[in-house]
Amino acid sequence: MLQIVILVGLVLLVAILMAIFRISRLLNVAKGTDKEVVDKGSNSFNAILFIVFGVVTFGLFFWYSIVYYDEYTPPVASEHGVLTDGLFWTTMWVTGIVFIITHILLFWFSYKYQYKKESSALFFPHNNKLEVIWTVVPAIVLTILVFTGLKTWNDITDKAPEEAEVVEIMGYQFAWKTRYPGNDKQLGNYDFRLIDAENQFGMDLTDKASFDDFTPREIHIPKGQPVLFKIRARDVLHSVYAPHFRLKMDAVPGMQTNFWFVPTKSTAEMREETGNPEFNYEIACTEICGKGHFSMRMLVVVDEPEDYKKWLAEQESWLSKNETYLAKVPANLKEEAKKASGLNNTVEQPVSEVETTGASM
Amino acid sequence: MATANIQTPDLAHDVHHDHDHEHHDNFITKYIFSTDHKMIAKQFLITGIFWALLGGILSVIFRLQLGFPDMQLEWLRPFLGKWITEQGKIDPEFYLALVTMHGTIMVFFVLTAGLSGTFSNFLIPLQIGARDMASGFMNMLSYWFFFLSSIIMLSSLFIETGPAAGGWVVYPPLSALPQAISGSQLGMTMWLVAMVFFIVSTLLGGVNYISTVINMRTQGMSFSKLPLTIWAFFLTAIIGLLSFPVLIAAALLLVFDRSFGTSFYLSEIYIGGEALPNMGGSPILYQHLFWFLGHPEVYIVLLPALGITSEIIATNSRKPIFGYRAMIGSMLGITILSFIVWAHHMFVTGMNPFLGSIFMLLTLIIAVPSAVKVFNYLTTLWKGNLVFTPAMLFSIGLVSFFISGGLTGIFLGNAAIDIQLHDTYFVVAHFHLVMGSASFFGLMAGVYHWFPKMFGRMMDAKLGYIHFWLTFVGVYMVFFPMHYIGIAGFPRRYYSFTNFDAFNSFTDLNAFVSIAAIFTLGAQFIFLFNFFYSMFKGRVAPANPWRSTTLEWTTPINPGHGNWPGAIPTVYRWPYDYSKPGAAEDFIPQHIPYSQTKESNLPHENELIKLENEGDVVIVNENKH
Ligand code: HEM
Ligand SMILES: [Cu+2]
Ligand SMILES: [Cu+2]
Repeated sequence: MLQIVILVGLVLLVAILMAIFRISRLLNVAKGTDKEVVDKGSNSFNAILFIVFGVVTFGLFFWYSIVYYDEYTPPVASEHGVLTDGLFWTTMWVTGIVFIITHILLFWFSYKYQYKKESSALFFPHNNKLEVIWTVVPAIVLTILVFTGLKTWNDITDKAPEEAEVVEIMGYQFAWKTRYPGNDKQLGNYDFRLIDAENQFGMDLTDKASFDDFTPREIHIPKGQPVLFKIRARDVLHSVYAPHFRLKMDAVPGMQTNFWFVPTKSTAEMREETGNPEFNYEIACTEICGKGHFSMRMLVVVDEPEDYKKWLAEQESWLSKNETYLAKVPANLKEEAKKASGLNNTVEQPVSEVETTGASM
Repeated sequence: MATANIQTPDLAHDVHHDHDHEHHDNFITKYIFSTDHKMIAKQFLITGIFWALLGGILSVIFRLQLGFPDMQLEWLRPFLGKWITEQGKIDPEFYLALVTMHGTIMVFFVLTAGLSGTFSNFLIPLQIGARDMASGFMNMLSYWFFFLSSIIMLSSLFIETGPAAGGWVVYPPLSALPQAISGSQLGMTMWLVAMVFFIVSTLLGGVNYISTVINMRTQGMSFSKLPLTIWAFFLTAIIGLLSFPVLIAAALLLVFDRSFGTSFYLSEIYIGGEALPNMGGSPILYQHLFWFLGHPEVYIVLLPALGITSEIIATNSRKPIFGYRAMIGSMLGITILSFIVWAHHMFVTGMNPFLGSIFMLLTLIIAVPSAVKVFNYLTTLWKGNLVFTPAMLFSIGLVSFFISGGLTGIFLGNAAIDIQLHDTYFVVAHFHLVMGSASFFGLMAGVYHWFPKMFGRMMDAKLGYIHFWLTFVGVYMVFFPMHYIGIAGFPRRYYSFTNFDAFNSFTDLNAFVSIAAIFTLGAQFIFLFNFFYSMFKGRVAPANPWRSTTLEWTTPINPGHGNWPGAIPTVYRWPYDYSKPGAAEDFIPQHIPYSQTKESNLPHENELIKLENEGDVVIVNENKH
């Protein structure tokens, strides 16, 4: 039904256009305007339309930008995000003013200087003073923007502070996984050849640092403390994008990337601020990676520092949840592995069983 | 200036002169394997229009998905077959294929081949006063390589596994691994093969444009008298010649990685349940190579449009283009700078942040020549006597898009701001305005302006006005709202936004954009009708319908092979003598000597009259043979 309506509409539209076309052509011939250099009627009509267009679109632009301000500006929840938002709005003011002035000139000139038979254009081929002015002024304005931007960029991409909480994020088709260093504050080595259905990270269990690493389902980070995301990918490019933290960094197979930041609002605070009790920080993917690109969601919870500590304490190491992998730990490190991973209190039996198979590793 | 007049005499004069009157072509040599630059230009134009239509339709299909995620698209099954899922929706993988093909088609096939191919071919010989391109045969090859490339790219749309789907930038590993996405199987191979032929076509064309401009200008046509169109095409060809080979290299290495087990771009990959043997490659390497072309490509697309509008705005303002030399200077600046800003597409790819700082600096420098161009356009309009032909309207539209889209580039060029905006709809809005719509308007302006020269008939102006206003309004309705969606953080290349709380809004605005896109596409049919109708039934064109100064209007209304039946006119003055004080008419064509315009000459021009007489001697000689 809808299709038929659309079709009929289209046919009608075409018919109307054809009619306009024929009539205007006949009129032109009848009035002899087709012989004139410039068709005055259409010319001033077009000139007026520029003014109308300018007024209407500026109206819409201001109306939408002001009324929907809250909708299109997501709240910011990181220290550097406040700075980059600041830069964004500074640039918006500068470019916004240029945008408005140049468009007013464009539309106004179009109207004002429309063709008049009796008048003629000004022969004005160049003027060095003007040209120097509008080379130098944009150059200065841009320099200022560049230098403020450079400073912020350098600070953001500077080395993460020593005490930063390290969180590893790995992208794969089509989800994220996260790994924490555990008590030793050190992420264990990994090797993509060790990846299997359980060991999704390819954790290298010959490295002591792996024993206490844990892999929770969502990311928790402490409010007000520096956090370092160590980012990698397992198959194709992905990109970690946390809109509220103004954070984005590609996940590249074969190369680790980093982004550190300081979250400034806990999830609870954000729920209050947005008035949305369901609010959650999210990570999305912004590098095309295949069929499920649009669905790579990971939750981030920003805790108060003490809640974060509590949460950390509750986490069980990956090894303790995947005991069979103890077999991959070299014999001389087994004890240490059990201790570090919190496997102490488990039954001896299965472990020794695995040990024999493990020897062949 | 005075000494620059001495030119290499045009050898082509003599070669062609006696036989071009009775040049009898058969159908095949006239319309298909033609070596006449005008016919080749038309071939590029028609092919480009076909691609533009297809690219537009693809975008409307994926806009349906974005604007109306719940819509039943069962009715598309006859066209898309199994890419419509059981639920009557577009398959998410096919969505990516649509986006990829849309981008590839628009950037390369429409705005590179369709724009440069058409107007460089058509205008270079006509405006510099040459009988044809330096090599008509290479020129013909250029079109047919493009045609071959088109066939391959088009066929890839219909294969079982679907066309390439890794985005128009086809980043590996996604594009290198057939198991990563089905578009990376045969579709990707065809994409690469098609692009190689495409590049061959571009290079053949480019070599021709450059050598023609350098060697075949008519008597008196020094570089400082070249119309800005020619300057733009010339610089565009140079950019293309220097940057496209790098894309070939990038594509070749990708072919190796895909088919011969090398690891240029691949390292440490575990996919589909197995670890691949590749080690030591870098996906970042591909990105550097790609954007070394990719960024200049933006200017390959844009510069011809800017050249075209400079010409049209000057003509229809009845006023010299303001700052002719500054315009050339800024184009030169853009040309050079366009090669050293590529990594601004890679701020957050894990590239060394120090490099990011450098590229940010260089990027914002390139904004200066762009700003200069805008101010010069505005000053050209100031105190003009503006005639709103459809071409003029589209040119003014281009200036508007160039401003709107150019300004948002200042955000994206700032690495700190780009962290948030990268790969969001803000970027989509930005490049569609500054590169997509601006260049598209340049193309349209060019078609309306030179249609009389191409087909000897006029397009209907009223339909042109309607076409312009609907398109101008439509483009802003499509792309302006995308800024808001982008500032809100919506990522691009997303099939749907419902998975995220952060992006679960703006459904109304997205629906609005989609309706506007359909509306805008619909408006193009007015143009199509006007174009084809006028080709056969349009009012017969006068010799110089826009009362323009450049040489192409001195040819017969329907120029034959060789362009001028007699001698090629000699050029005495720059192309922008509009509304010169004292002159009888408000334009003085380039081939009118100063000795005939004593009433309007500036003091230094009177001195040039002496030199002209020497020039005349040469002309007289030439006419005698
Ligand atoms: C009817 C007019 C057009 C509409 C409605 C349209 C719409 C869109 C949209 C919505 C996207 C983003 C899709 C996504 O990220 O999921 C897109 C991508 C793109 N468009 Fe257009 N577009 C149009 C014309 C053009 C033109 C004239 C160009 C020429 C430069 C162009 C070049 C591109 C490119 C390069 C991409 C990126 C493709 C990619 O992500 O790989 N488009 N278009
Ligand atoms: Cu992705
Ligand atoms: Cu670029």
